[in-house]
Amino acid sequence: MLSRRRFASAVALGALAPGWVRAQGERTVTDSVGRRVQLPARVERVYAAGPPASIVLFAMAPDKVLGWTSPFRPDERPFVPARYADLPTLGRLTGRGNTANVEVVLAAKPDLIFDYGSTSPTFASLADRVQEQTGIPYLLIDGAFDRIPDAFRLLGGIIGSEAQGVQWARYCADMLGDVRTRVARVPEAKRPRVYYGRGPSGLQTGLSGSINMECIERVGALNVAAELGQGGLVQVSVEQVLRWAPEVIVTTDPNFFASVRRDPAWQSLPAVRERRVHLAPGLPFGWIDSPPSVNRLIGLHWLGRILHPQVFTEPLRPIVRDFYTRAYHQTPSEAQLDALLATDRT
Amino acid sequence: MSTGRTSAAIGFAALALCALVILAFAVGRFPVAPSEFGAVVWAWVSGGSSDVPATVQTVVLNVRGPRILAAIVVGAALSAAGAAYQSLFRNPLVSPDILGVSSGAALGAVLGIFFSLDVLFIQALAFGCGLAAVATAYFIASRMRGHDPILVLVLAGVVIGALLGAGVALLKYLADPYNQLPAITYWLLGSLSAATRADFLAVLPAAAGGILVLWLLRWRISVLALGDDEAASVGVETGRVRALVITAATLMTAAAVSISGVIGWVGLLIPHFARLLVGPDFTRLLPVATLLGAAFVLGVDTVARTAGRIEIPLGVLTAVIGTPLFLWLLATARRSWQ
Repeated sequence: MLSRRRFASAVALGALAPGWVRAQGERTVTDSVGRRVQLPARVERVYAAGPPASIVLFAMAPDKVLGWTSPFRPDERPFVPARYADLPTLGRLTGRGNTANVEVVLAAKPDLIFDYGSTSPTFASLADRVQEQTGIPYLLIDGAFDRIPDAFRLLGGIIGSEAQGVQWARYCADMLGDVRTRVARVPEAKRPRVYYGRGPSGLQTGLSGSINMECIERVGALNVAAELGQGGLVQVSVEQVLRWAPEVIVTTDPNFFASVRRDPAWQSLPAVRERRVHLAPGLPFGWIDSPPSVNRLIGLHWLGRILHPQVFTEPLRPIVRDFYTRAYHQTPSEAQLDALLATDRT
Repeated sequence: MSTGRTSAAIGFAALALCALVILAFAVGRFPVAPSEFGAVVWAWVSGGSSDVPATVQTVVLNVRGPRILAAIVVGAALSAAGAAYQSLFRNPLVSPDILGVSSGAALGAVLGIFFSLDVLFIQALAFGCGLAAVATAYFIASRMRGHDPILVLVLAGVVIGALLGAGVALLKYLADPYNQLPAITYWLLGSLSAATRADFLAVLPAAAGGILVLWLLRWRISVLALGDDEAASVGVETGRVRALVITAATLMTAAAVSISGVIGWVGLLIPHFARLLVGPDFTRLLPVATLLGAAFVLGVDTVARTAGRIEIPLGVLTAVIGTPLFLWLLATARRSWQ
């Protein structure tokens, strides 16, 4: 009888299923927030849930990237090999406004969803929810600046890219350690007071400990906004900046960079008078701030050259070329390097 | 309402504004001694030079001064436009953004931030889109015959505003969450923290011109506030006056919003305050509302830049201060609104 046969095969399948899954070599891993996640033995297709995660994954294992969270803009595209830049846009699936359609993510058949960044309970619970809803293992890895090497080692081990993970972990640890020792040689009194101006009018800045300030603080600059306390991004007034009288202004906004020199209100600042206003390069990803991922490592050297030329003596160009080749898998052309390094010229 | 009472109200509002200007110049995050302030102003007036540090001069002349003037212009424009609309539409719940000017300006500014344009273009886009939004609402309403013209106009404005609001929401959704989204959020909260002399000079003609037009039309607006039939019976061309008032109020509001971002409450609350003082007649209402609006925004902006260690968004503060004031007004005032 048909129904009995169906019943029998269902029973047989049910009995076989756990063994079949075990035969795949399922394993349990623990992510940065202590969530224990079951993973298949081989992880080939990874969906990075946010821009920071995309960059970490792309740097280490570009062929496991399923897609991007947002499309490349025309000016960003030439820095990444076309076969990677052409990957589909899947949207982001993080707490900061989802643009991904869960069905589109599922249709891409990821073995793993991976997010990199904040490990607050919000993001941990979000990871649980997405995992429960999709049935796809979801890993959350701590995106703290000083733990970048750990993130590479952990992720590399999990997705089966141990060698690349270890290599990246070493590269990052060396760079962070090198910058730390150099900065330590700069006496406290010689560390410039820096204002970081974001947004079109340059009046958004990061308080002490803000994720936006990590790169600037690591390189031994004194964040003038730190006197306002701990926190994230805030809006301040021109008057406040004038009172701080920063020696150096760093910005990521080309419009602010262009206008700060013609705006009379900013003229009396030492940084503007002495032409110590610097625009951080941002292609294909920001050098000092956004997104908060490994792309910021190169900003350490860039800022080091600006703030402490006495200890960051080597030319920047070879370091940038090396970093871009490693992280974005394509050696930038001399013209591209010129363009990147010229953004700073006032 | 007696003329004496009106003069007293105008005097009170003007005095409050003057006192606030002095206070606003005296306080701030950058310490400026009264003697230094006097020296800078004297040097500026006499055209001579002072031995005050250059930074102090910058603070007084390029930072605090423009910001104070911008607050005055923005407050005056929003409040006068609100008073005009409340009279024109014979409705006390109307604010200057009822026809979609703020939503249009917001969409324009957000577009500018989204495409990473220069601040100047962001402001120009805000201004242009604000005007375009109202023009669209007006055009739609003029095509709908056979309804109450005011009702249709307000409905068209609300509908256009909702559509543009959806546009803003969409752009926020698509914006880069690390750079553009914070900038958009700050713009939508309203702030004068970046106001420069150029900003002030750019909005002054539109705001002053708009107030002048309203002042010239004050009798007709008063009559129009009584009803279309009454106005027509004394020879007021209702359609033309309405179009002129809407144009003037929209220009003023769009100019104000383009430099300050969206600031709620002022255009709704301050005309009520003025009405409480001098009654509903627009000829008396306009000067009092204009002065009170200027004083209110200047006062709130002074709090915004001095109360906390960081800037408090103007839009937040006007609502926080405006809401209890408005409720108090509702509870205590039984004076006629119309």
